[in-house]
Amino acid sequence: MKIAVCVKQVPDTWAEKKLKSDDSTLDRESAEGVLNELDEYAVEEALRLVEAHGGEAVVVSMGPERAGETVRKALSMGADAGIHVVDDNLHGSDALATSAVLAKALEGRGFDLIIFGSESTDARMSVVPAMVAERLGLPQVTFAQKVEVDGSTVRAERLTEYGFDSVEAALPAVVSVVEKINEPRYPSFKGIMAAKKKPVETLTLSDLGVEAAAVGLAGAWSAVADFAQRPPKAAGTVVTDEGEGGARIADYLVEQKFI
Amino acid sequence: MAEILVVVDHAEGAVKKVTLELLTLARSLGEPSAVWMGSGASAEALATLAEYGAATVYVVEGSDLDDYVVAPKAEVLAQLVAEKSPAAVLVPSSAEGKEIAGRLAVKTNSGVITDAVAVDADLTATQSVFGGAVVVHSRVSNGTPIITVRPNSTTPEASAAAGTRVDVAASVSDAAKGAKVTGRTVAQKGGRPELSEAAIVVSGGRGVGGSEGFGVVEALADSLGAAVGASRAATDAGWYPHQFQVGQTGKTVSPQLYIANGISGAIQHRAGMQTSKTIVVVNKDPEAPIFELADFGVVGDLFSVVPQLTDEIGKRRA
Repeated sequence: MKIAVCVKQVPDTWAEKKLKSDDSTLDRESAEGVLNELDEYAVEEALRLVEAHGGEAVVVSMGPERAGETVRKALSMGADAGIHVVDDNLHGSDALATSAVLAKALEGRGFDLIIFGSESTDARMSVVPAMVAERLGLPQVTFAQKVEVDGSTVRAERLTEYGFDSVEAALPAVVSVVEKINEPRYPSFKGIMAAKKKPVETLTLSDLGVEAAAVGLAGAWSAVADFAQRPPKAAGTVVTDEGEGGARIADYLVEQKFI
Repeated sequence: MAEILVVVDHAEGAVKKVTLELLTLARSLGEPSAVWMGSGASAEALATLAEYGAATVYVVEGSDLDDYVVAPKAEVLAQLVAEKSPAAVLVPSSAEGKEIAGRLAVKTNSGVITDAVAVDADLTATQSVFGGAVVVHSRVSNGTPIITVRPNSTTPEASAAAGTRVDVAASVSDAAKGAKVTGRTVAQKGGRPELSEAAIVVSGGRGVGGSEGFGVVEALADSLGAAVGASRAATDAGWYPHQFQVGQTGKTVSPQLYIANGISGAIQHRAGMQTSKTIVVVNKDPEAPIFELADFGVVGDLFSVVPQLTDEIGKRRA
Protein backbone atom coordinates (compact mmCIF):
# COMPACT_ATOMS: atom_id res chain seq x y z
CA MET A 1 0.00 0.00 0.00
CA LYS A 2 1.08 3.50 -0.78
CA ILE A 3 0.90 6.04 2.01
CA ALA A 4 1.43 9.79 1.85
CA VAL A 5 2.32 11.48 5.10
CA CYS A 6 1.94 15.25 5.09
CA VAL A 7 4.30 17.18 7.34
CA LYS A 8 4.98 20.81 8.16
CA GLN A 9 8.08 22.62 9.31
CA VAL A 10 7.27 24.84 12.30
CA PRO A 11 9.27 26.95 14.76
CA ASP A 12 10.66 24.86 17.60
CA THR A 13 7.84 24.00 20.04
CA TRP A 14 9.78 25.45 22.95
CA ALA A 15 10.72 28.72 21.23
CA GLU A 16 8.85 32.01 21.53
CA LYS A 17 6.98 32.61 18.27
CA LYS A 18 6.56 36.01 16.63
CA LEU A 19 4.73 37.66 13.79
CA LYS A 20 6.66 39.88 11.37
CA SER A 21 5.77 43.55 11.48
CA ASP A 22 5.89 44.05 7.69
CA ASP A 23 3.35 41.47 6.50
CA SER A 24 1.95 39.90 9.71
CA THR A 25 3.17 36.43 8.77
CA LEU A 26 4.96 34.02 11.07
CA ASP A 27 8.62 34.90 11.62
CA ARG A 28 10.19 31.61 10.57
CA GLU A 29 13.76 32.90 10.73
CA SER A 30 13.86 33.79 14.42
CA ALA A 31 13.56 30.23 15.66
CA GLU A 32 14.91 26.87 14.64
CA GLY A 33 12.61 25.08 12.21
CA VAL A 34 11.60 21.59 13.26
CA LEU A 35 9.29 18.83 12.07
CA ASN A 36 5.92 19.70 13.69
CA GLU A 37 5.89 17.45 16.75
CA LEU A 38 2.37 16.25 16.09
CA ASP A 39 3.42 15.16 12.58
CA GLU A 40 6.00 12.79 14.05
CA TYR A 41 3.10 10.59 15.11
CA ALA A 42 1.78 10.66 11.54
CA VAL A 43 5.19 9.60 10.17
CA GLU A 44 5.46 6.83 12.75
CA GLU A 45 1.95 5.55 11.98
CA ALA A 46 2.73 5.51 8.25
CA LEU A 47 5.93 3.55 8.87
CA ARG A 48 4.13 1.03 11.08
CA LEU A 49 1.42 0.48 8.48
CA VAL A 50 4.04 -0.02 5.75
CA GLU A 51 5.92 -2.45 8.00
CA ALA A 52 2.71 -4.41 8.60
CA HIS A 53 1.26 -4.34 5.09
CA GLY A 54 4.17 -3.63 2.74
CA GLY A 55 4.33 -0.74 0.31
CA GLU A 56 5.91 2.66 0.70
CA ALA A 57 5.59 5.89 2.69
CA VAL A 58 6.06 9.18 0.86
CA VAL A 59 6.59 12.40 2.83
CA VAL A 60 4.80 15.44 1.41
CA SER A 61 5.51 18.97 2.56
CA MET A 62 4.76 22.49 1.42
CA GLY A 63 7.10 25.13 2.71
CA PRO A 64 10.10 27.31 2.00
CA GLU A 65 13.49 25.97 0.91
CA ARG A 66 14.41 25.28 4.52
CA ALA A 67 11.46 22.88 4.94
CA GLY A 68 13.58 20.44 2.92
CA GLU A 69 15.32 19.67 6.25
CA THR A 70 11.98 18.54 7.63
CA VAL A 71 11.37 16.25 4.68
CA ARG A 72 14.84 14.74 5.32
CA LYS A 73 14.03 14.31 8.99
CA ALA A 74 10.98 12.22 8.09
CA LEU A 75 13.07 10.26 5.58
CA SER A 76 15.67 9.59 8.27
CA MET A 77 12.91 8.10 10.43
CA GLY A 78 12.32 5.64 7.59
CA ALA A 79 10.01 7.09 4.95
CA ASP A 80 10.94 6.07 1.41
CA ALA A 81 10.67 9.21 -0.69
CA GLY A 82 9.70 12.85 -0.47
CA ILE A 83 7.73 15.50 -2.30
CA HIS A 84 8.54 19.11 -1.43
CA VAL A 85 6.34 21.88 -2.82
CA VAL A 86 8.41 25.04 -2.73
CA ASP A 87 7.61 28.35 -4.41
CA ASP A 88 8.16 31.95 -3.30
CA ASN A 89 4.56 32.74 -4.21
CA LEU A 90 3.35 30.43 -1.45
CA HIS A 91 4.52 32.82 1.27
CA GLY A 92 1.57 33.84 3.44
CA SER A 93 -0.83 31.16 2.18
CA ASP A 94 -3.91 30.47 4.32
CA ALA A 95 -5.29 27.02 5.15
CA LEU A 96 -7.54 27.09 2.06
CA ALA A 97 -4.59 27.65 -0.28
CA THR A 98 -2.45 25.13 1.60
CA SER A 99 -5.13 22.47 1.26
CA ALA A 100 -5.57 23.27 -2.44
CA VAL A 101 -1.84 22.94 -3.12
CA LEU A 102 -1.52 19.74 -1.09
CA ALA A 103 -4.54 18.25 -2.86
CA LYS A 104 -2.90 18.98 -6.23
CA ALA A 105 0.37 17.43 -5.10
CA LEU A 106 -1.41 14.33 -3.77
CA GLU A 107 -3.97 13.60 -6.48
CA GLY A 108 -3.36 11.07 -9.21
CA ARG A 109 -0.46 9.38 -7.44
CA GLY A 110 -2.40 6.34 -6.24
CA PHE A 111 -2.11 6.91 -2.50
CA ASP A 112 -4.23 4.52 -0.43
CA LEU A 113 -3.91 6.60 2.70
CA ILE A 114 -3.00 10.23 3.30
CA ILE A 115 -1.93 10.73 6.91
CA PHE A 116 -1.62 14.04 8.78
CA GLY A 117 -0.82 15.05 12.34
CA SER A 118 -3.83 16.48 14.17
CA GLU A 119 -2.61 20.09 14.01
CA SER A 120 0.49 22.22 13.60
CA THR A 121 1.94 23.74 16.75
CA ASP A 122 2.23 27.19 15.11
CA ALA A 123 -1.11 27.93 13.40
CA ARG A 124 -3.08 25.37 15.43
CA MET A 125 -6.12 25.53 13.14
CA SER A 126 -6.54 21.78 12.72
CA VAL A 127 -8.50 22.19 9.50
CA VAL A 128 -6.14 21.18 6.68
CA PRO A 129 -6.82 17.39 6.83
CA ALA A 130 -10.60 17.99 6.60
CA MET A 131 -10.09 20.50 3.78
CA VAL A 132 -7.89 18.09 1.81
CA ALA A 133 -10.50 15.33 2.25
CA GLU A 134 -13.15 17.77 1.00
CA ARG A 135 -11.08 18.77 -2.03
CA LEU A 136 -10.17 15.21 -2.99
CA GLY A 137 -13.66 13.83 -2.26
CA LEU A 138 -12.15 11.21 0.05
CA PRO A 139 -13.47 9.85 3.36
CA GLN A 140 -12.28 11.84 6.36
CA VAL A 141 -11.02 9.72 9.26
CA THR A 142 -9.50 12.34 11.53
CA PHE A 143 -8.33 12.69 15.15
CA ALA A 144 -7.57 8.97 15.22
CA GLN A 145 -6.12 7.47 18.37
CA LYS A 146 -5.96 4.05 16.71
CA VAL A 147 -5.73 3.12 13.01
CA GLU A 148 -6.04 -0.32 11.43
CA VAL A 149 -6.07 -1.30 7.78
CA ASP A 150 -7.83 -4.48 6.75
CA GLY A 151 -7.77 -5.16 3.02
CA SER A 152 -9.35 -2.11 1.41
CA THR A 153 -10.90 -0.79 4.64
CA VAL A 154 -9.47 1.54 7.24
CA ARG A 155 -10.87 1.43 10.78
CA ALA A 156 -10.06 4.02 13.38
CA GLU A 157 -10.98 5.32 16.80
CA ARG A 158 -11.82 8.99 16.37
CA LEU A 159 -11.33 11.01 19.55
CA THR A 160 -14.44 13.00 20.48
CA GLU A 161 -15.45 15.29 23.34
CA TYR A 162 -17.15 12.38 25.11
CA GLY A 163 -14.77 9.52 24.34
CA PHE A 164 -14.29 8.09 20.88
CA ASP A 165 -16.21 7.01 17.80
CA SER A 166 -15.37 3.84 15.91
CA VAL A 167 -15.12 4.88 12.28
CA GLU A 168 -14.81 2.84 9.12
CA ALA A 169 -14.04 3.91 5.56
CA ALA A 170 -13.00 2.42 2.25
CA LEU A 171 -9.53 3.25 0.93
CA PRO A 172 -8.32 5.66 -0.29
CA ALA A 173 -8.93 7.88 2.73
CA VAL A 174 -7.55 10.88 4.58
CA VAL A 175 -6.48 10.19 8.17
CA SER A 176 -5.21 12.46 10.92
CA VAL A 177 -3.70 11.04 14.08
CA VAL A 178 -3.54 12.45 17.59
CA GLU A 179 -0.57 12.58 19.89
CA LYS A 180 0.11 9.33 21.74
CA ILE A 181 -1.29 7.07 19.05
CA ASN A 182 2.25 5.67 19.08
CA GLU A 183 5.80 6.44 20.20
CA PRO A 184 7.63 8.05 17.27
CA ARG A 185 11.03 6.49 16.64
CA TYR A 186 14.25 8.46 16.71
CA PRO A 187 16.20 8.46 13.46
CA SER A 188 19.15 6.04 13.70
CA PHE A 189 22.59 6.98 12.39
CA LYS A 190 21.99 4.53 9.57
CA GLY A 191 18.63 6.16 8.89
CA ILE A 192 20.18 9.63 8.76
CA MET A 193 22.82 8.45 6.27
CA ALA A 194 20.26 6.61 4.15
CA ALA A 195 17.97 9.66 4.07
CA LYS A 196 20.59 11.65 2.18
CA LYS A 197 20.24 9.29 -0.78
CA LYS A 198 16.46 8.99 -0.83
CA PRO A 199 14.66 10.68 -3.70
CA VAL A 200 12.93 14.02 -3.04
CA GLU A 201 10.85 15.48 -5.84
CA THR A 202 10.70 19.29 -5.78
CA LEU A 203 7.56 20.83 -7.25
CA THR A 204 6.67 24.44 -8.00
CA LEU A 205 3.23 25.96 -8.43
CA SER A 206 3.51 25.77 -12.18
CA ASP A 207 4.39 22.06 -11.95
CA LEU A 208 1.11 21.62 -10.09
CA GLY A 209 -0.87 23.88 -12.40
CA VAL A 210 -1.81 26.24 -9.55
CA GLU A 211 -2.13 29.96 -10.29
CA ALA A 212 0.20 32.08 -8.18
CA ALA A 213 -2.63 34.57 -7.59
CA ALA A 214 -4.71 31.86 -5.88
CA VAL A 215 -2.17 31.35 -3.09
CA GLY A 216 0.11 33.39 -0.86
CA LEU A 217 -0.83 36.55 1.01
CA ALA A 218 -2.71 38.02 -1.97
CA GLY A 219 -4.76 34.84 -2.41
CA ALA A 220 -5.62 34.50 1.29
CA TRP A 221 -9.31 34.88 2.12
CA SER A 222 -8.71 36.26 5.54
CA ALA A 223 -6.35 39.08 6.34
CA VAL A 224 -4.70 40.32 9.50
CA ALA A 225 -5.77 43.90 10.23
CA ASP A 226 -3.33 44.39 13.07
CA PHE A 227 -1.65 42.51 15.88
CA ALA A 228 0.00 43.37 19.15
CA GLN A 229 2.02 41.71 21.84
CA ARG A 230 -0.31 41.02 24.76
CA PRO A 231 0.52 43.56 27.45
CA PRO A 232 2.39 41.91 30.30
CA LYS A 233 0.12 40.85 33.08
CA ALA A 234 0.07 43.10 36.13
CA ALA A 235 2.07 41.43 38.86
CA GLY A 236 -0.12 39.41 41.19
CA THR A 237 0.30 38.68 44.87
CA VAL A 238 2.73 35.90 45.73
CA VAL A 239 3.05 34.70 49.32
CA THR A 240 5.17 32.02 50.94
CA ASP A 241 3.33 29.24 52.70
CA GLU A 242 3.82 29.32 56.43
CA GLY A 243 1.18 26.80 57.23
CA GLU A 244 -1.75 28.93 56.07
CA GLY A 245 -1.16 28.98 52.28
CA GLY A 246 -4.33 27.04 51.51
CA ALA A 247 -6.45 29.30 53.69
CA ARG A 248 -4.99 32.37 52.03
CA ILE A 249 -5.95 31.09 48.62
CA ALA A 250 -9.44 30.41 49.99
CA ASP A 251 -9.57 34.05 51.22
CA TYR A 252 -8.57 35.21 47.75
CA LEU A 253 -11.21 33.02 46.08
CA VAL A 254 -13.87 34.41 48.42
CA GLU A 255 -12.74 37.96 47.64
CA GLN A 256 -12.96 37.18 43.91
CA LYS A 257 -16.40 35.61 44.46
CA PHE A 258 -15.40 32.13 43.29
CA ILE A 259 -16.63 30.74 46.59
CA MET B 1 -31.21 42.66 10.31
CA ALA B 2 -28.55 40.47 8.86
CA GLU B 3 -28.93 36.79 9.61
CA ILE B 4 -26.11 35.11 11.52
CA LEU B 5 -26.05 31.30 11.46
CA VAL B 6 -24.98 29.70 14.73
CA VAL B 7 -24.09 26.01 14.64
CA VAL B 8 -25.53 24.33 17.73
CA ASP B 9 -23.24 22.11 19.77
CA HIS B 10 -25.34 19.55 21.58
CA ALA B 11 -24.90 16.29 23.45
CA GLU B 12 -27.60 13.81 24.45
CA GLY B 13 -30.32 16.21 23.38
CA ALA B 14 -29.06 19.08 25.52
CA VAL B 15 -27.66 22.34 24.19
CA LYS B 16 -24.08 22.93 25.31
CA LYS B 17 -23.10 26.15 27.03
CA VAL B 18 -20.83 27.26 24.16
CA THR B 19 -23.92 27.50 21.94
CA LEU B 20 -25.53 29.99 24.32
CA GLU B 21 -22.29 32.00 24.26
CA LEU B 22 -22.35 32.03 20.46
CA LEU B 23 -26.02 33.10 20.37
CA THR B 24 -25.22 35.93 22.78
CA LEU B 25 -22.31 36.99 20.57
CA ALA B 26 -24.39 36.65 17.39
CA ARG B 27 -26.98 39.10 18.77
CA SER B 28 -24.32 41.81 18.65
CA LEU B 29 -23.68 41.04 14.97
CA GLY B 30 -27.21 40.64 13.62
CA GLU B 31 -30.17 38.31 14.07
CA PRO B 32 -29.11 34.83 15.19
CA SER B 33 -30.53 31.69 13.61
CA ALA B 34 -29.52 28.46 15.29
CA VAL B 35 -28.75 25.43 13.15
CA TRP B 36 -29.43 22.11 14.87
CA MET B 37 -27.91 19.17 12.99
CA GLY B 38 -28.52 15.59 14.07
CA SER B 39 -31.15 13.85 16.11
CA GLY B 40 -32.50 14.84 19.51
CA ALA B 41 -33.92 18.31 18.88
CA SER B 42 -36.36 18.27 21.80
CA ALA B 43 -38.89 21.01 22.57
CA GLU B 44 -36.85 21.76 25.66
CA ALA B 45 -33.63 22.23 23.67
CA LEU B 46 -35.43 24.50 21.22
CA ALA B 47 -36.84 26.54 24.07
CA THR B 48 -33.32 27.09 25.39
CA LEU B 49 -32.17 28.32 21.98
CA ALA B 50 -35.13 30.73 21.84
CA GLU B 51 -34.42 31.95 25.34
CA TYR B 52 -30.89 32.95 24.29
CA GLY B 53 -32.00 34.83 21.22
CA ALA B 54 -32.45 32.44 18.28
CA ALA B 55 -35.08 34.02 16.05
CA THR B 56 -35.19 30.89 13.93
CA VAL B 57 -34.02 27.36 14.60
CA TYR B 58 -33.24 25.35 11.49
CA VAL B 59 -33.56 21.71 12.41
CA VAL B 60 -31.82 19.27 10.13
CA GLU B 61 -32.49 15.74 11.31
CA GLY B 62 -31.81 12.42 9.68
CA SER B 63 -29.51 9.59 10.57
CA ASP B 64 -26.94 10.59 7.92
CA LEU B 65 -25.90 13.49 10.12
CA ASP B 66 -25.25 11.22 13.07
CA ASP B 67 -23.82 8.23 11.23
CA TYR B 68 -21.05 9.77 9.13
CA VAL B 69 -18.02 11.88 10.08
CA VAL B 70 -18.28 15.69 9.58
CA ALA B 71 -18.84 15.79 5.80
CA PRO B 72 -22.69 15.60 5.87
CA LYS B 73 -22.85 18.48 8.36
CA ALA B 74 -20.65 20.65 6.14
CA GLU B 75 -22.82 19.77 3.17
CA VAL B 76 -26.10 20.65 4.89
CA LEU B 77 -24.63 23.87 6.19
CA ALA B 78 -23.38 24.81 2.72
CA GLN B 79 -26.95 24.36 1.42
CA LEU B 80 -28.26 26.66 4.14
CA VAL B 81 -25.58 29.26 3.41
CA ALA B 82 -26.50 29.18 -0.28
CA GLU B 83 -30.23 29.59 0.51
CA LYS B 84 -30.06 32.16 3.30
CA SER B 85 -26.97 34.18 2.39
CA PRO B 86 -26.17 34.87 6.06
CA ALA B 87 -23.81 37.67 7.04
CA ALA B 88 -21.63 35.16 8.90
CA VAL B 89 -21.53 31.62 10.24
CA LEU B 90 -20.41 31.08 13.83
CA VAL B 91 -19.24 27.62 14.84
CA PRO B 92 -18.05 26.39 18.25
CA SER B 93 -14.28 25.96 18.22
CA SER B 94 -14.29 22.27 19.07
CA ALA B 95 -12.24 19.78 17.07
CA GLU B 96 -15.31 18.84 15.03
CA GLY B 97 -16.54 22.42 14.82
CA LYS B 98 -13.29 23.51 13.22
CA GLU B 99 -13.46 20.64 10.72
CA ILE B 100 -17.03 21.57 9.78
CA ALA B 101 -15.88 25.19 9.34
CA GLY B 102 -12.91 24.14 7.20
CA ARG B 103 -15.00 22.03 4.84
CA LEU B 104 -17.70 24.70 4.67
CA ALA B 105 -15.05 27.26 3.70
CA VAL B 106 -13.90 25.07 0.81
CA LYS B 107 -17.50 24.43 -0.31
CA THR B 108 -18.59 28.07 -0.19
CA ASN B 109 -15.32 29.68 -1.35
CA SER B 110 -15.19 31.60 1.89
CA GLY B 111 -12.48 32.65 4.28
CA VAL B 112 -12.35 30.98 7.67
CA ILE B 113 -10.98 32.19 10.99
CA THR B 114 -10.60 29.71 13.85
CA ASP B 115 -10.38 30.09 17.62
CA ALA B 116 -11.71 33.64 17.82
CA VAL B 117 -12.09 34.98 21.36
CA ALA B 118 -14.18 37.98 20.26
CA VAL B 119 -16.00 39.17 17.14
CA ASP B 120 -16.78 42.84 16.58
CA ALA B 121 -19.91 44.22 14.92
CA ASP B 122 -17.97 44.67 11.66
CA LEU B 123 -17.00 40.95 11.85
CA THR B 124 -13.40 41.63 12.80
CA ALA B 125 -12.30 38.61 14.80
CA THR B 126 -9.86 38.71 17.69
CA GLN B 127 -7.55 35.75 18.13
CA SER B 128 -5.12 35.10 20.88
CA VAL B 129 -2.23 33.24 19.25
CA PHE B 130 1.09 31.71 20.23
CA GLY B 131 -0.27 30.74 23.60
CA GLY B 132 -1.85 34.08 24.26
CA ALA B 133 1.37 36.02 23.72
CA VAL B 134 0.03 37.87 20.68
CA VAL B 135 -3.42 39.33 20.02
CA VAL B 136 -4.42 39.36 16.34
CA HIS B 137 -7.34 41.12 14.66
CA SER B 138 -8.35 39.74 11.31
CA ARG B 139 -11.19 39.76 8.84
CA VAL B 140 -12.49 37.41 6.22
CA SER B 141 -12.04 39.03 2.81
CA ASN B 142 -13.92 36.61 0.58
CA GLY B 143 -17.30 34.87 0.67
CA THR B 144 -19.33 34.38 3.85
CA PRO B 145 -17.19 34.90 6.95
CA ILE B 146 -16.92 31.56 8.80
CA ILE B 147 -15.65 32.06 12.31
CA THR B 148 -15.10 29.44 14.98
CA VAL B 149 -15.32 30.85 18.49
CA ARG B 150 -13.66 29.44 21.59
CA PRO B 151 -15.74 28.36 24.57
CA ASN B 152 -15.79 30.87 27.45
CA SER B 153 -15.25 33.85 25.12
CA THR B 154 -18.62 35.44 25.95
CA THR B 155 -20.82 35.31 29.04
CA PRO B 156 -24.16 33.85 27.95
CA GLU B 157 -27.07 36.22 28.54
CA ALA B 158 -30.68 35.31 27.93
CA SER B 159 -32.73 37.53 25.62
CA ALA B 160 -35.82 35.76 24.40
CA ALA B 161 -36.63 35.57 20.69
CA ALA B 162 -39.20 33.64 18.69
CA GLY B 163 -37.10 30.53 18.13
CA THR B 164 -39.35 29.49 15.28
CA ARG B 165 -38.65 25.92 14.28
CA VAL B 166 -38.00 25.47 10.57
CA ASP B 167 -37.40 21.89 9.50
CA VAL B 168 -34.88 21.52 6.71
CA ALA B 169 -34.67 18.32 4.72
CA ALA B 170 -31.17 16.88 4.73
CA SER B 171 -29.98 15.89 1.31
CA VAL B 172 -26.62 14.28 1.81
CA SER B 173 -24.61 13.08 -1.17
CA ASP B 174 -23.00 9.64 -1.26
CA ALA B 175 -19.60 11.33 -1.41
CA ALA B 176 -20.20 12.79 2.05
CA LYS B 177 -20.95 9.33 3.44
CA GLY B 178 -17.41 8.01 3.09
CA ALA B 179 -16.53 7.64 6.76
CA LYS B 180 -19.15 5.71 8.72
CA VAL B 181 -19.47 5.84 12.50
CA THR B 182 -19.93 2.21 13.56
CA GLY B 183 -19.92 2.74 17.32
CA ARG B 184 -19.71 5.32 20.06
CA THR B 185 -17.75 4.87 23.25
CA VAL B 186 -18.39 7.22 26.14
CA ALA B 187 -15.36 7.55 28.37
CA GLN B 188 -15.70 7.71 32.15
CA LYS B 189 -16.22 11.34 33.03
CA GLY B 190 -16.59 10.97 36.76
CA GLY B 191 -19.18 13.74 36.80
CA ARG B 192 -16.68 16.54 36.15
CA PRO B 193 -17.33 19.24 33.56
CA GLU B 194 -15.66 19.07 30.18
CA LEU B 195 -12.16 20.52 30.22
CA SER B 196 -12.54 22.95 27.32
CA GLU B 197 -15.91 24.29 28.56
CA ALA B 198 -15.29 24.36 32.32
CA ALA B 199 -15.52 27.66 34.20
CA ILE B 200 -12.86 26.45 36.62
CA VAL B 201 -9.89 24.19 35.82
CA VAL B 202 -7.59 22.70 38.45
CA SER B 203 -4.46 21.15 37.04
CA GLY B 204 -1.37 19.31 38.14
CA GLY B 205 2.13 18.96 36.76
CA ARG B 206 5.53 17.47 37.49
CA GLY B 207 5.32 18.58 41.14
CA VAL B 208 2.39 16.22 41.70
CA GLY B 209 4.97 13.45 41.58
CA GLY B 210 2.88 10.53 40.38
CA SER B 211 -0.59 9.29 39.53
CA GLU B 212 -1.58 8.86 43.19
CA GLY B 213 -0.63 12.51 43.77
CA PHE B 214 -3.43 13.57 41.43
CA GLY B 215 -5.85 12.59 44.21
CA VAL B 216 -5.32 15.97 45.92
CA VAL B 217 -5.76 17.81 42.60
CA GLU B 218 -9.02 15.95 41.91
CA ALA B 219 -10.30 16.59 45.44
CA LEU B 220 -9.72 20.33 45.01
CA ALA B 221 -11.38 20.24 41.58
CA ASP B 222 -14.43 18.47 43.01
CA SER B 223 -14.74 20.98 45.85
CA LEU B 224 -15.05 23.72 43.20
CA GLY B 225 -17.05 21.78 40.60
CA ALA B 226 -14.03 22.14 38.32
CA ALA B 227 -12.49 20.13 35.50
CA VAL B 228 -9.07 18.53 36.01
CA GLY B 229 -6.18 19.29 33.68
CA ALA B 230 -2.56 18.17 33.54
CA SER B 231 0.69 19.46 32.13
CA ARG B 232 2.51 17.58 29.44
CA ALA B 233 5.13 16.42 31.95
CA ALA B 234 2.34 14.68 33.88
CA THR B 235 0.60 13.13 30.87
CA ASP B 236 3.89 12.04 29.27
CA ALA B 237 4.85 10.33 32.52
CA GLY B 238 1.52 8.49 32.40
CA TRP B 239 0.30 10.02 35.69
CA TYR B 240 -2.89 11.35 34.16
CA PRO B 241 -4.77 10.41 30.97
CA HIS B 242 -3.56 12.14 27.89
CA GLN B 243 -6.88 13.74 26.90
CA PHE B 244 -6.59 16.05 29.91
CA GLN B 245 -3.35 17.65 28.74
CA VAL B 246 -3.44 21.45 28.68
CA GLY B 247 -0.87 23.09 26.44
CA GLN B 248 0.45 23.61 22.98
CA THR B 249 0.18 19.92 22.12
CA GLY B 250 -3.01 19.46 24.15
CA LYS B 251 -6.15 21.45 24.86
CA THR B 252 -6.42 25.22 25.07
CA VAL B 253 -8.55 26.38 27.96
CA SER B 254 -9.72 29.83 28.92
CA PRO B 255 -11.69 29.40 32.14
CA GLN B 256 -12.72 32.05 34.68
CA LEU B 257 -10.32 30.47 37.16
CA TYR B 258 -7.27 28.29 36.56
CA ILE B 259 -5.41 26.76 39.49
CA ALA B 260 -1.95 25.42 38.53
CA ASN B 261 -0.41 23.02 41.02
CA GLY B 262 3.19 21.90 40.72
CA ILE B 263 3.45 23.25 37.18
CA SER B 264 6.59 25.19 36.27
CA GLY B 265 4.98 27.11 33.41
CA ALA B 266 7.07 26.21 30.38
CA ILE B 267 5.88 27.90 27.18
CA GLN B 268 4.38 24.55 26.12
CA HIS B 269 1.94 24.75 29.05
CA ARG B 270 1.37 28.51 29.02
CA ALA B 271 0.22 28.21 25.42
CA GLY B 272 -2.81 26.29 26.65
CA MET B 273 -3.93 28.39 29.63
CA GLN B 274 -2.46 31.88 29.48
CA THR B 275 -5.77 33.50 28.57
CA SER B 276 -7.52 32.22 31.70
CA LYS B 277 -9.21 35.15 33.44
CA THR B 278 -7.83 34.50 36.94
CA ILE B 279 -4.78 32.35 37.61
CA VAL B 280 -3.83 30.88 40.97
CA VAL B 281 -0.49 29.11 41.36
CA VAL B 282 0.89 26.70 43.93
CA ASN B 283 4.53 25.75 43.44
CA LYS B 284 7.42 25.11 45.78
CA ASP B 285 9.92 26.79 43.45
CA PRO B 286 9.68 30.59 43.83
CA GLU B 287 11.58 30.95 40.52
CA ALA B 288 9.02 28.96 38.49
CA PRO B 289 7.96 31.07 35.46
CA ILE B 290 4.30 30.23 36.12
CA PHE B 291 4.37 32.83 38.93
CA GLU B 292 4.67 35.55 36.22
CA LEU B 293 1.08 34.70 35.26
CA ALA B 294 -0.26 34.40 38.78
CA ASP B 295 -2.95 36.71 40.10
CA PHE B 296 -2.42 34.95 43.38
CA GLY B 297 0.43 32.56 44.10
CA VAL B 298 1.64 30.51 47.02
CA VAL B 299 5.22 29.30 47.25
CA GLY B 300 4.88 26.05 49.12
CA ASP B 301 4.40 22.30 49.07
CA LEU B 302 1.24 21.51 47.16
CA PHE B 303 0.63 18.47 49.34
CA SER B 304 0.04 20.73 52.34
CA VAL B 305 -1.39 23.80 50.58
CA VAL B 306 -3.89 22.07 48.30
CA PRO B 307 -5.59 19.78 50.90
CA GLN B 308 -5.86 22.79 53.22
CA LEU B 309 -7.46 24.80 50.45
CA THR B 310 -9.94 21.98 49.75
CA ASP B 311 -10.84 21.87 53.48
CA GLU B 312 -11.23 25.63 53.66
CA ILE B 313 -13.53 25.67 50.64
CA GLY B 314 -15.67 23.03 52.33
CA LYS B 315 -15.82 25.05 55.56
CA ARG B 316 -16.64 28.33 53.87
CA ARG B 317 -19.41 26.75 51.90
CA ALA B 318 -20.85 24.95 54.92
